[in-house]
Amino acid sequence: MPTTIPEALNTLCAGLILITAFAMVATRQVQGVVRYFIVQSVLLAASSFLLAYDHNSIHLWALGAITIAAKVLAIPWVLKRLLPSDFYERREIAQAVNIPASLLLALVLTIFAEFLTGPLVAAAQNVVVSVNLPIGLAGILIGAYTLIARREAIPQLIGILAMENGAFFAGIAIAPELPLIAELAVAIDVVLIAVVVGLLTRTIRKTLGTTEAASLSELREEADAWR
Amino acid sequence: MALIALLAIPLIAALLCWIRPLRAFAWGITLLSTWIVFGLAVYVSAEVIATGRFVAIPGWFEADGLSALVLLLVSFVSALASVFAGGYMRHGHEENRLWWFYGNYNLLAFALLAVPSLAEPNLVWVAVELITLFTVLLVGFDSTSSALEAAWKFAVLTIMGAPIALLGFFALFWAYHSATGGAWETWEGLRLSAASMDPNLLKLSFLLVFVGFGAKSGLAPMHTWLPDAHSQAPTPVCAVLSGVKTTVPLYVVLRLLSVVLASPMGLLGNWMIVMGLISVGIAAFLLLQVRDYKRMFAYSTVEHMGIILTAAGLATQASDFGAVSQMLNHTITKSLCFYVAGVILLILGTREIRSVRGLFRMSPFAASALLLCSLAIAGAPPFPIFLSEFSILSAGVRAGQLTVVAILAVLIVIAFIGIMFNVNRMVFGKPEASCPAAALPLSCRFTVLAAAAPVVLLGIYIPPPVQELLQLAASQLGGH
Repeated sequence: MPTTIPEALNTLCAGLILITAFAMVATRQVQGVVRYFIVQSVLLAASSFLLAYDHNSIHLWALGAITIAAKVLAIPWVLKRLLPSDFYERREIAQAVNIPASLLLALVLTIFAEFLTGPLVAAAQNVVVSVNLPIGLAGILIGAYTLIARREAIPQLIGILAMENGAFFAGIAIAPELPLIAELAVAIDVVLIAVVVGLLTRTIRKTLGTTEAASLSELREEADAWR
Repeated sequence: MALIALLAIPLIAALLCWIRPLRAFAWGITLLSTWIVFGLAVYVSAEVIATGRFVAIPGWFEADGLSALVLLLVSFVSALASVFAGGYMRHGHEENRLWWFYGNYNLLAFALLAVPSLAEPNLVWVAVELITLFTVLLVGFDSTSSALEAAWKFAVLTIMGAPIALLGFFALFWAYHSATGGAWETWEGLRLSAASMDPNLLKLSFLLVFVGFGAKSGLAPMHTWLPDAHSQAPTPVCAVLSGVKTTVPLYVVLRLLSVVLASPMGLLGNWMIVMGLISVGIAAFLLLQVRDYKRMFAYSTVEHMGIILTAAGLATQASDFGAVSQMLNHTITKSLCFYVAGVILLILGTREIRSVRGLFRMSPFAASALLLCSLAIAGAPPFPIFLSEFSILSAGVRAGQLTVVAILAVLIVIAFIGIMFNVNRMVFGKPEASCPAAALPLSCRFTVLAAAAPVVLLGIYIPPPVQELLQLAASQLGGH
């Protein structure tokens, strides 16, 4: 059970992060998915600030600031610069799996994450770890699922970035003392992912006139039996 | 200092390629930087052989036997591939976009070199990610619909592995931190304190990193991006991709395996053997039905990654030696294979095996090179891959893993048949149409000859420094 107020608020953040992950699965509009990602990143930073205040840790203060700079400011800006606005107005009609089934699957993934991390949580005897580790893993799994189920390029990219958020949410609990240089490098890397995938999406659209990643299916031959 | 210069030079070269007045000289800049880097890597390796370790900044930039070997391989392939690129990229590519290609090429070289030179595992994760990102841009360079598709598949499948591996590195840091009470994390430190780390956490971290980086090494079942990317990328990039880009993430997995082996639990070895054999098996059967010769060499990469993984999983001193020699031999042979594939593509303009007949009559040079490199990559004696595969199999017999050895041997033979059957049809017979053979650029000819030299040489004679480096590298893997 949470013992201090920041820890209790951190648990609240964890719940909200999980809800944003579910919302990304359920949202059809591309713009909506991007918005939920920004909200999730703000929550991640908030959780980091709360724990920084609680543990008096400079590392976590810096990590929160880095998260805001990279994920709340830089990535949306990069995507806006690289991609014309009509990208965001698209609605995805055909999803691989319909939304209620997707939500159910996301729920199963969450329970699975809780189950997987159970032994570690029991061994750690730490309130923050017991909240962040399972939710972080659930974030990774749901992000991976978004990536597989989505057909548009941008939601797929956001799926990857949401996985990254999940890893970080677990990270602030299990590796809060990670060297700052590593945190900074990881954050720059995440922004670079957005730049590179954004560039690629732009080229794909210029050449093929679509951003439906699912329409890319020329390269299939002998490997068909294995896919 | 050499280690830092080795990382700084490709970065400076990339920057120079970006500057507008220098863009016309992008190839020259790349050539110069990659060859200087190769010289530096040789120097670092010589130091490592002499003293066992090369430390530029303690805890940050260090090289031991294993990293020196990987540095040497990366710099060798990127230097030769840049020579090849000079002649190859002039055909069918816009002259005024080439600076973008070379800029990225230098950045990729930087990221590939950074992985073995960094001593801090979390920064290694970042470097591996950078490799992926620069590769995406190079694979999609041609901007044809199939190249873009390959780039997209590659991006999604391999970037997806990144957060999974990141969580693995966080768990590793957690385990190390609780065991040592806040010491600076390095590969060396991890190995020394492995015994006191929480085994469950260590296992979790290894599995996460294995899943995340296994996708990047092209291990089955996450190999599907590999044949696409390796067949669609410009050929000089293919040589780098197949030769070293797959080896480098595997290097990280092997590093972590050595940490796991230094801790009391030993069950993970069997796990790796199974995963390795699955990769070899899938690749072997796909090699029988492949229709595109660049894809053929790509599947052979999956096969060899599986063999290296299996050898490392056997975890004896002899099999570790086999694993690192296989790493060396695969890299030099596979890069040769892609140079030859690029030469054939330049001459004939097709990637389909079916439409290549009687190559020997059209271009004896390309045909004999193809025959040589295919025999070498398939593992025929007296080529170096035969030697390392043989040493892996015999290490397996000595470790008492007869089932593993039997399966591996059968799969290697199947892969051999698959490759040689296709190559045989390409080289011999009558040409279907009298195709006007395009003239080969001098730089391409030179690259094929220069890359073939070590492949032929190492099969007959292993120079003592190379042998020593291999032994040092094998001892880092921590087999018993």
